[in-house]
Amino acid sequence: MTDDTKEMSCAAFQAQLPELIGAGVNVSAHPHVQSCELCRALLSDLETIAEAARQLFPIEEPPDKLWDQIELRIRTEKGTEG
Amino acid sequence: MPESRIPHPAPQPDAPSVEIVTPPEQERVIPVFTPAGDDAVLVRAQAGDHQAFAQLYSLHKRRIYSLCLRMVGNIAEAEDLTQEAFLQLHRKIATFRGDSAFSTWLHRLAVNVVLMQLRKKGLSLISLDEAMEPAPEERPGRSFGAPDLALSGAIDRLALQKAIDELPAGYRLIFVLHDIEGYEHNEIAAMLECSIGNSKSQLHKARLKLRETLRMSTQEEGRR
Repeated sequence: MTDDTKEMSCAAFQAQLPELIGAGVNVSAHPHVQSCELCRALLSDLETIAEAARQLFPIEEPPDKLWDQIELRIRTEKGTEG
Repeated sequence: MPESRIPHPAPQPDAPSVEIVTPPEQERVIPVFTPAGDDAVLVRAQAGDHQAFAQLYSLHKRRIYSLCLRMVGNIAEAEDLTQEAFLQLHRKIATFRGDSAFSTWLHRLAVNVVLMQLRKKGLSLISLDEAMEPAPEERPGRSFGAPDLALSGAIDRLALQKAIDELPAGYRLIFVLHDIEGYEHNEIAAMLECSIGNSKSQLHKARLKLRETLRMSTQEEGRR
C-alpha cells in the first residue's frame, strides 16, 4: 500500500475490494478505510453479513416421502438393468 | 482430527464428476455415528445391502437435503436434488475407495449434482453477471447512503434468510458455497469452471446485494 491509497476514491477502493477480501487481506487496516466512514461502514456490514450467514442455516429434515421415492427409483433402475 | 470436522484430503481419483474440489473448512457436523459404525454400514451398502443403503440415507439425508436447500433456495427442487444425489450415490457407491471421508465424498457428489442441474437450467455466471450489472447510478459507491443507514451489529435472522433466498441463482450459489459451506475461491472456480477473480467478484456482489436488501428491509421496518 502506498500513500496514494489514502487519497483513493471510494469507487477505486471498492473496485479493489473483492480482490482484497478474497485474498484474505486485513482490509480494515487499509488507509482508505481508516479515513473513509462510508467505506468503513460498508466493510463492517459485509463482515456482519458473512458472519451472520455462517450461523444462519439449520440442518433441515427432508420429508419422509423422499426415501419412498428413492427406493422406487432404485427398484425401477434395477428392473431396467435386469 | 475432531470427529465433527471434515478433513482436507488430496484430490480424489474416485471422486464423482468434478475434481479438484476440496471439501469445506467450516460447519461439518458429521453426527450420530462412529467412524467404525459408518465403515461397517458403508461396506455392506457397497456390497449391495439395501438395508445398509437405507441406513446411510438415514444418516446423511439431513446434511445433503440442507445443502441442496441452501444452494437452490427452493424446497421442491431441493427434494428432487436430494433424491438425485442419493440415486447417484447408489450407482457410484461401489467406486468409493475411502481415500477421503465418506461424508466428504458424498458432500462433493451432492454439490456436483446441484451444479449439473443448475447448468441444465442454463445458469451462466458470465451472463448472469452481465445481466445483474447495476446501472452507473446504482453502483455501490453512490448507493452507500449515510453512515446511519449502515446495518447494526445484529442482523435479523429471518430477514437475512429471506434476502439470501431472494438472491439471483448465481449469486446465491457462490455465496452459499463460500460463506455457508466454506469452500475457497479456487475450489469454487474449479467447480463452476470460472476464474477465481470471477468467483471473488460474484461473492462480493452477492454480499452487496444482501446488504442493500437488508438495509431496505431495515428502512421499511423503521417507517412502520
